Amino acid sequence: MDLLNALVALLNFVIVPAVAYGSQLALGALGVTLIYGILRFSNFAHGDTMAFGAMATILVTWWLQGLGVSLGPLPTALLALPFGIAFTALLVLVTDRLVYRFYREQKAAPVILVIVSMGVMFITNGLVRFIIGVDDQQFDDGARFLISARDFKEMTGLQEGLAVKSTAMLTVVVAIIVVVALFWFLNRTRTGKSMRAFSDNEDLALLSGIDPERVVRITWIIVAALATIAGALYGLDKGFKPFTYFQLLLPIFAAAIVGGLGSPLGAIAGGFVIAFSEVTITYAWKKVVGYVVPWWEPEGLVQLLSTDYKFAVSFAILVIVLLFRPTGLFKGKSV
Amino acid sequence: MSLTSRDALLFLGVFILIAATGVTQSWNVALGILNMGLVSAIMALGVNMQWGYAGLFNVGIMGFVALGGLGAVVVSMPPVNEAWAAGGLRIVGGLALGLATIVAAALAWKRLPAGALRALVMVAILIAGFFVFREVFDPGVAAVESVNPASTGYLGGLGLPVLLAWPVGALLAAGAAWAVGKTALGLRSDYLAIATLGIAEIIIAMMKNEDWLARGVKNVIGIPRPVPYEINLQQDPSFVERVNAWGFDPVTASSIMVKLLYMSLFLSVLLFLLWLAQSALHSPWGRMMRAIRDNEVAAEAMGKDVTARHLQVFVLGSAVCGLAGAMMATLDGQLTPGTYQPLRFTFLIWVMVIVGGSGNNFGAVLGGLLIWYLWIMVEPFGLILLQGVTAGMADGSPLKAHLIDSAAHMRLLTMGIILLLVLRFSPRGLIPER
Repeated sequence: MDLLNALVALLNFVIVPAVAYGSQLALGALGVTLIYGILRFSNFAHGDTMAFGAMATILVTWWLQGLGVSLGPLPTALLALPFGIAFTALLVLVTDRLVYRFYREQKAAPVILVIVSMGVMFITNGLVRFIIGVDDQQFDDGARFLISARDFKEMTGLQEGLAVKSTAMLTVVVAIIVVVALFWFLNRTRTGKSMRAFSDNEDLALLSGIDPERVVRITWIIVAALATIAGALYGLDKGFKPFTYFQLLLPIFAAAIVGGLGSPLGAIAGGFVIAFSEVTITYAWKKVVGYVVPWWEPEGLVQLLSTDYKFAVSFAILVIVLLFRPTGLFKGKSV
Repeated sequence: MSLTSRDALLFLGVFILIAATGVTQSWNVALGILNMGLVSAIMALGVNMQWGYAGLFNVGIMGFVALGGLGAVVVSMPPVNEAWAAGGLRIVGGLALGLATIVAAALAWKRLPAGALRALVMVAILIAGFFVFREVFDPGVAAVESVNPASTGYLGGLGLPVLLAWPVGALLAAGAAWAVGKTALGLRSDYLAIATLGIAEIIIAMMKNEDWLARGVKNVIGIPRPVPYEINLQQDPSFVERVNAWGFDPVTASSIMVKLLYMSLFLSVLLFLLWLAQSALHSPWGRMMRAIRDNEVAAEAMGKDVTARHLQVFVLGSAVCGLAGAMMATLDGQLTPGTYQPLRFTFLIWVMVIVGGSGNNFGAVLGGLLIWYLWIMVEPFGLILLQGVTAGMADGSPLKAHLIDSAAHMRLLTMGIILLLVLRFSPRGLIPER
């Protein structure tokens, strides 16, 4: 019985949050890794693109809520997502046309593009603050819990409750759908194959008649979709706050690098590696330990690191990977 | 090699801008902008060493600046003897144990033959070391933090003169830079960017949470000054008499006097660093750095140790940023870890370097002064602009209120646009490398 309680506590406090967080990171890292594979630079503006996408989704959600539209138990934001994606796609396509294309034609060094993306980051960040302000925004509606802790306790008679937020569940379901669709697109369609060809060998791809600008455009649209979905899901799950998205940049990059920059499969694996390490290392294990070894009463919270150091976890994993396997778990690009 | 008349005109232009603030608003404001501008110029010099000389992309400037500020606290605040008695030894012992663990793990990795055993031993040492460290360290921290937490609750500093903190701040930053550089240099350029981004966030997280070190978010205030306090000047009869003779109000004059003293301190540091940086850049060492930057493979073929030189210049540049951080904490008279924002302390410095002219020390200084001026002035200008735009709207309309409230966010937008415009149309900056 105690073991069962320990298991439920573990599920409730570690596994469910880590799976949801991991899905959000994986979606973010997929965007970073796609840009890296096709456009060949690390996009520092990605966090703020996510913020922009989430903001666009929120604004449309409010509009829909004002019209009285509702999805019942599901959050209205789901309905607003396509609009958010459209706005974000417009933003990144305009940015690409006005900013990045010039450097692509010049064949500028990747690090110049990174600095340029820093400028784009400033502008996107400024836009988001300008439009929606810096305060917290709530846009979650519909059912709050899939299972609430009380219902679970009544159902099973266990001491520990298991609460699954509907947003966490939604995050995972949406992430799975998006990832399946993305892999189907990359592996099965002509356009997807031309994207992979372009990523593997630009010259050969050009030689076989692939239009590079079209590949770039499609990449940006996919990245906008991924960023908006990741941003909106993160916002639904944890509340929207413009500056948190900038802080997500580190775990997202860590996930992409751990998986191997340029490898979509790696980005997903990396996202979950980072999320699980972050949650397990900053979780206070006292409760679980109490159930498993009841005779030992630990003094503290049995927490390896305080939650404020969650950046340190992604950083440490990043350093370990850099030291021992610089190309990442799934052989990414090394240059 | 030295300044052309065009460059001198640019510098003159910036000083006229600042002086115009002095004439139209107040000299206090103008000197305030100038002082922070000088500190920013020093940060820009440091980044220019890394990026301009060597092409290293550091996005962790905020962390190194913050470490400099920590240096100011550690050196100049008076020690808290009670706290030392309560848990100082435990903390020092804990830190020593932690360091010993890392060294032991590294030694094990180097000495043992490769294989599963080696990895196992290293992981075992690290895990055991971590728990021993926490066992020794945590009670010490609890003891120190419970000593009069409202006003101290930390170990305090060494109680030495604050000017000594400036080189110490530089050393702290150099140490952190060495550790980062050792792991991330020699790999791809983006990896250094991500690693520095990470270390900066960790340094800030550490400064916010380790209350025993510098009170965390409770802030350390009242860092001793290298210059007299305004109130002392106002009570000094000879000062008041002289100021009255010149026809100034003693209160205003005292605060201007203090700012002028700070300015002369900062200016001498800046000029000294500028001289050092210029001599280094035009020495064989500087030419070697630029050769490495322009073609690493060729430089390596000529027998230059690229990774070692990169590490060297990375540490030097970060040390300069740390120095600037210590100077800034001295100027503010406080250390407030909550105010360190990457946009303000990392990316803004990058705008300074790019706009000023990467690879040129004078350019970095000019960029530091100019961009700092704009950073301060964009907000009032933006407000005026938005008031103009919204003048036709009805009072009390929500859009008008929102736009006026948003004036504060004009800064980021403007800085981004400036950065992109310079990169596009004048990528070599205002004072290009030559």
